[in-house]
Amino acid sequence: MKFWIGAVVFLAIALGISLSPVNEYFFFAAYVVLTAVVLATAWNILGGYAGYVNFGPPAFIGVGAYTAVVLFKAIGAPLAVQIVAGAAMGGLLGLGVGLLTLRLRGIFFAIATVAVVFIMETLAINWRYVGGATGLQLQRPEVMVPFTSYTRMLFATMAILAVVSVAVARYVQDSWIGRGLRALRDSEEAAEANGVPTLKLKLFACVISGALLAAGGAPMPMYLSFIEPASTFNLAYTISSLGGSIIGGMSHWGGPIVGALILSTLQQVITVTISGEVNVLIVGVLLVLFVVLAPEGVLGLFKRWLKPSSK
Amino acid sequence: MFSLDLLFEALIFGILLGGFYAAVSMGLSVSFGLLDVPNVAHPAVMVLGSYITYLVATLGLDPILSGIVLMPVFFFVGVLLYRFYYETFERRGTEAGVRGLAFFFGIAFIIEIGLVLAFGADQRSVAAEYIGTSLELGDYRIPYRMLMAFTVAIVLTVGLALYLSKTFTGRAIKAVAQDEPALRLMGANPVRIKQWAFGIATAVSVVAGAMLIVVGPVEPSMDRVYIGRTFCVVVLAGLGSMTGTLVAGLILGIAESIVLMFFGASWAPAVAFGLLLLVLGVRPQGLFGR
Repeated sequence: MKFWIGAVVFLAIALGISLSPVNEYFFFAAYVVLTAVVLATAWNILGGYAGYVNFGPPAFIGVGAYTAVVLFKAIGAPLAVQIVAGAAMGGLLGLGVGLLTLRLRGIFFAIATVAVVFIMETLAINWRYVGGATGLQLQRPEVMVPFTSYTRMLFATMAILAVVSVAVARYVQDSWIGRGLRALRDSEEAAEANGVPTLKLKLFACVISGALLAAGGAPMPMYLSFIEPASTFNLAYTISSLGGSIIGGMSHWGGPIVGALILSTLQQVITVTISGEVNVLIVGVLLVLFVVLAPEGVLGLFKRWLKPSSK
Repeated sequence: MFSLDLLFEALIFGILLGGFYAAVSMGLSVSFGLLDVPNVAHPAVMVLGSYITYLVATLGLDPILSGIVLMPVFFFVGVLLYRFYYETFERRGTEAGVRGLAFFFGIAFIIEIGLVLAFGADQRSVAAEYIGTSLELGDYRIPYRMLMAFTVAIVLTVGLALYLSKTFTGRAIKAVAQDEPALRLMGANPVRIKQWAFGIATAVSVVAGAMLIVVGPVEPSMDRVYIGRTFCVVVLAGLGSMTGTLVAGLILGIAESIVLMFFGASWAPAVAFGLLLLVLGVRPQGLFGR
């Protein structure tokens, strides 16, 4: 119950800000931060709970984005339809990846997901309808009633998506699904032997994680008014979704939120003050530092700080 | 337009390219294939090797020779890297999977962005007598740079295969790969052997990096597409098999060259990744799996 009150309050505040006369740049930056929360939360369902390292977020983000573009170009579909359709396609890709990699674990699964990114990118590069390698310029439609600009509407939309993805992650974590996923992370054989349907659970996690990643990527073409393969299928998305999750802490749905907020806020500040290259560098450095020094992430540090006598 | 002539040309180019792919995968074949280290930073280390080769080569040294001169430095870096990986991940055990992968992925990004910051995102290339000239055989022209890379690749592959099967340390490395606990029971220290092996793998990567910059201009983000190529070769080969690596390299080289010739350059990068997915899906143990 507390969670839902928090969610409603968060959405009310987000909507309130988006209707207030705050500087447009705030929404421009906040959209990116909220997207990072969606991506890290989505990644953690498969990566954190089930222990399957997905290096392929760009593939899912790209599928969401390109689905949105195709629908927009073909029938002028509204944003909500683009996102739902993008998520559906992302879920399908998740199912495909899951089926193809049923027997693979650890690094083999991870490498297979990298392969999916490059194959999707190659398909996009060779697809004329969506602009091929050069990309496509998009004319944003009229903004919907309560909002005064499209960026504000995108911000509010992403706030809803963030709440949805966190709610899904929380549900998965607390239900038998999450317990099953954790069991198969610790030992797939032991879980299977004890009657956990490991195969179904793994596929389920692939589908849900993929759908949410794609949903996070679907509004991107409208945000940029542009789509192009090289930046859409960029492995930098991998490091930020995985980084947010690991830096925050993978064992609880709150971890990716904390991690993504820290990382992407820091990145926004660095992009403005120093440069675009350094902001990717900082994620890499922080990721390596956390993995080495604080493997349980910020949440783990916090727990240790609360209970200093436990050691 | 299909013609036998074109196919023949694609085949020759594919074989040369394949030897080169085998050589750039050799280090990974040791570090990942034999030692089970999830070294996704291998291509990034190789590109780093290319840039340092570039620096040394601008002093007037031959690029391939520069790569060879740099081997001890990279050997030492590799030893340190493995030691660090062992202390922080392998020793802690169970949960190392996700974090070990994230560690190497992070390292790869740090190297890539570090190179962008140090050298800019532009392409860099080196000069040598065999770069830019071709061997003419009747109607066919074979660039000397590809021949050079192919020759070095073969020497490297044969050398490494001989080292692993004939020398005492080489056999010890293979023993670690086969049965680490047994080695420990025999009183040998597997960590020291793995450390040495990882050093060799990294030293080989700098020569591979030197070849990379001989074959064509390099840019910092190049490691990304080589994740596909090197892992494709190592997995297709069957983990840890050196002759397998050569065969797998040739298969990839020929496949990529044919696609390049008949479908165009925009499809070529997907060949390695497609082949990789195919192997992972159909025969994860590879051609010569252990």
